[in-house]
Amino acid sequence: MEPIMRVENLSHVYSAGTPFQKGAVRNVSFDIMRGELLGVIGHTGSGKSTLIQHLNGLLKPSEGHIYLAGKDIWENPKEIRNVRFRVGLVFQYPEYQLFEETVRADVAFGPKNMGLSGEELEQRVRHAMEDVGLDASYLDKSPFELSGGEKRRVAIAGVLAMHPEVLILDEPTAGLDPEGRENLLRCLKSYQQKRKSTVLMVSHSMSEIARFSDRILVMKDARVLMCGTPEEVFSRTEELETAGLNTPKAARIALALRKRGVELPESIFTMEALVNALAAKKGGGGVC
Amino acid sequence: MLKDITLGQFFPGNTLAHRLDPRTKLMVTVLYIVALFCAKSFVSYGVMALWLVTAVQVSKVGYKALVKGLKPVWFIIVFTAVLNLIYIKGTPLVTIWKFTIYREAVETAVFMILRIAMLIMGTFLLTYTTSPIRLTDGLETLLSPLKKLHAPVHELAMMMAIALRFIPTLIEETDKIMSAQKARGADFESGGLLQRAKALIPILVPLFISAFRRADELATAMECRCYSGGEGRTKLHVLRFAAKDYLVLALAAVLTAAVIVLGRMGL
Amino acid sequence: MIEIKHLRYAYPAVEGQEPAAVLEDVDLHIEKGSFTAILGHNGSGKSTLAKLLSAVLLPSGGEVLVDGLSTAEEKNIMEIRRRVGMVFQNPDNQIVANVVEEDVAFAPENLGVPAEEIRARVDEALAAVGMEAFRLHAPHLLSGGQKQRIAIAGVLAMQPEVLVLDEVTAMLDPEGRREVLETVHRLNRERGMTVLLITHHMSEVEKADRVIVMEQGRVVMDGSPKEVFPRVEELRRLSLDVPGTVDLLYELRRIGWDVPLDALGVDECADAICKFLQ
Repeated sequence: MEPIMRVENLSHVYSAGTPFQKGAVRNVSFDIMRGELLGVIGHTGSGKSTLIQHLNGLLKPSEGHIYLAGKDIWENPKEIRNVRFRVGLVFQYPEYQLFEETVRADVAFGPKNMGLSGEELEQRVRHAMEDVGLDASYLDKSPFELSGGEKRRVAIAGVLAMHPEVLILDEPTAGLDPEGRENLLRCLKSYQQKRKSTVLMVSHSMSEIARFSDRILVMKDARVLMCGTPEEVFSRTEELETAGLNTPKAARIALALRKRGVELPESIFTMEALVNALAAKKGGGGVC
Repeated sequence: MLKDITLGQFFPGNTLAHRLDPRTKLMVTVLYIVALFCAKSFVSYGVMALWLVTAVQVSKVGYKALVKGLKPVWFIIVFTAVLNLIYIKGTPLVTIWKFTIYREAVETAVFMILRIAMLIMGTFLLTYTTSPIRLTDGLETLLSPLKKLHAPVHELAMMMAIALRFIPTLIEETDKIMSAQKARGADFESGGLLQRAKALIPILVPLFISAFRRADELATAMECRCYSGGEGRTKLHVLRFAAKDYLVLALAAVLTAAVIVLGRMGL
Repeated sequence: MIEIKHLRYAYPAVEGQEPAAVLEDVDLHIEKGSFTAILGHNGSGKSTLAKLLSAVLLPSGGEVLVDGLSTAEEKNIMEIRRRVGMVFQNPDNQIVANVVEEDVAFAPENLGVPAEEIRARVDEALAAVGMEAFRLHAPHLLSGGQKQRIAIAGVLAMQPEVLVLDEVTAMLDPEGRREVLETVHRLNRERGMTVLLITHHMSEVEKADRVIVMEQGRVVMDGSPKEVFPRVEELRRLSLDVPGTVDLLYELRRIGWDVPLDALGVDECADAICKFLQ
């Protein structure tokens, strides 16, 4: 895999002296690979939100560089609007940005700003709606008569319709009920796989990240604490817990079992894997 | 960028300026404004500057914060000053190309800048040192005689307090919505006036919707906390004039009188 | 403490539509000093129930009694609202004042409590949620969890009999969620505060005395967590989460392991598995 985006020694410090010092980023470097789903996790104030606003040029780095397909995104500051179309950013609670009279018009806002119109525009709107799992009957409804979960999907469709090369989502499931969370995450995963698109997702839920990410980036106090595959990251369960981060429940149960003398591989972090490992155990005779 | 707006912000502290009765501070501010509009010469402006500097020193607010408060209005100040420079005639001072600048014009422009800047700094000092609830409490008590005329004094004060409470929240929200729409390629910086006005729709519509939702939820939360209007309400901080309040008031009255007298004397 | 009898509620009809029933024949009795969790996904009627408890909404049928006072009677409303402290989802939209202590004082001010007593109540309420140090802070600069604790202090200052928390953690990060839940559990444990926690997060109800599951305006399950959680299939059909531990034990049972389904805690669950392996 080759990187589609590269973040190099990125630092961003908010103007000194203000009470908003939190959320700075210090000397952060990492790659986003083409076609992967990269999960980003960390406390509130660990710099996640600041980081992702750099990726599409909403914030300008104090130091360091961000490369998109090999080119520094700030090489020509006049082109920054173009970068925003190529790196789609979905903010937290994106439903609060809906404003048009119909769902169609709202989803079309981004692509229209790109200068698209006519058949192509309509096509994009329809495809984006499919990607978030909503059928065409929604197109003529007002976004404000939809349920919370539906509004959220429409807002995400509004970014997907710009056909971004990299899609970034800041806590896409915040505030949804378990059913809504599950559905949305499945949609995003299938979008990533079907469209061969690159997705970066910030989340507070370790189990969400564990189940859906190809790789995980862990942020702590403005720096990258870990970056690697879920196996690599969750084999350091205790380290994560010392850093005050939640670990998936499966990893916690596995740890508790290991402490009781049950031999289990270090890399267990989903329930499925744990069940399989335990099932194999019983077959091979009890150890406890 | 919107975070720079400091309107209605309160810096908690425990200085004399913070401890004064809000009614005292309101009345002193009114006297200060009256005096400011009566000031006509460098001498009287000097008195006013002394007044302001003393107040700032006592409050420990810091000049940085005060000057920052001027930021949003700089343009208007400079604009009116320039207009004054161009239109006021009198004794010629210098001539640059086709424009002659007159002594009176410079004087008026300088005074005008001073007046607006000091007006804003003075009123900001009031909101910086007084929590909005205390401020509205003070206003409500000062205006309470009007209740006899069935003026909705309590309701107005409550509305003001809530508005001040939600200013930072709504500013933060506006910032977020702007970023979100920018991420969808919205352009707020280019185009003619009409285009720019149109570009505001994607910000204003979500902002209004959110404000209404907030209002609705807040109303329910207030009801659940037994709010039923001003009748029978008590206060955590009972307003009481102390010796220091009378002293400060007297001082402000003397200063105002002095400025008026100076004005009469043509100074 | 709270008595709900044959409660029915329908939102007033919108033009051209049938009035939609949100609650149907709900019968509940909430014990004094208990910690009850109400679970259900969005639209199950759980938030409507909360609003009926504090007389923000009035029953379409049946009745709600708080300490024997009916919410349907106008003269009871203030007293009921004082006794039922409500905290809502969005912390920003329930804080009235710019300074923490003045916000906490809001309810007692409304109740006409004398100034010195307000002072005492405010200090006590802030201590109860561990926010004394933030007495003079501006609420909008606090974290979500801290704001929610201020909101709790704001209702505690009314000296209520019961605390009703309507999805108070939905907008918080894990840290804030933990802060708020710990506070609520402590209030229940140390002060005997009756708590009604409405949520859609399974993990938050494991320590409750009683779990009530709602679906389409009806109570469909009611019992202790150990009674409710093992009903895995039913919970999944209601599209509710099952705690991770129960999920694991359930899967293990499916492959023929003889493990109990009600080991809710991580350690308890590990012990149960070890016991079986031996």
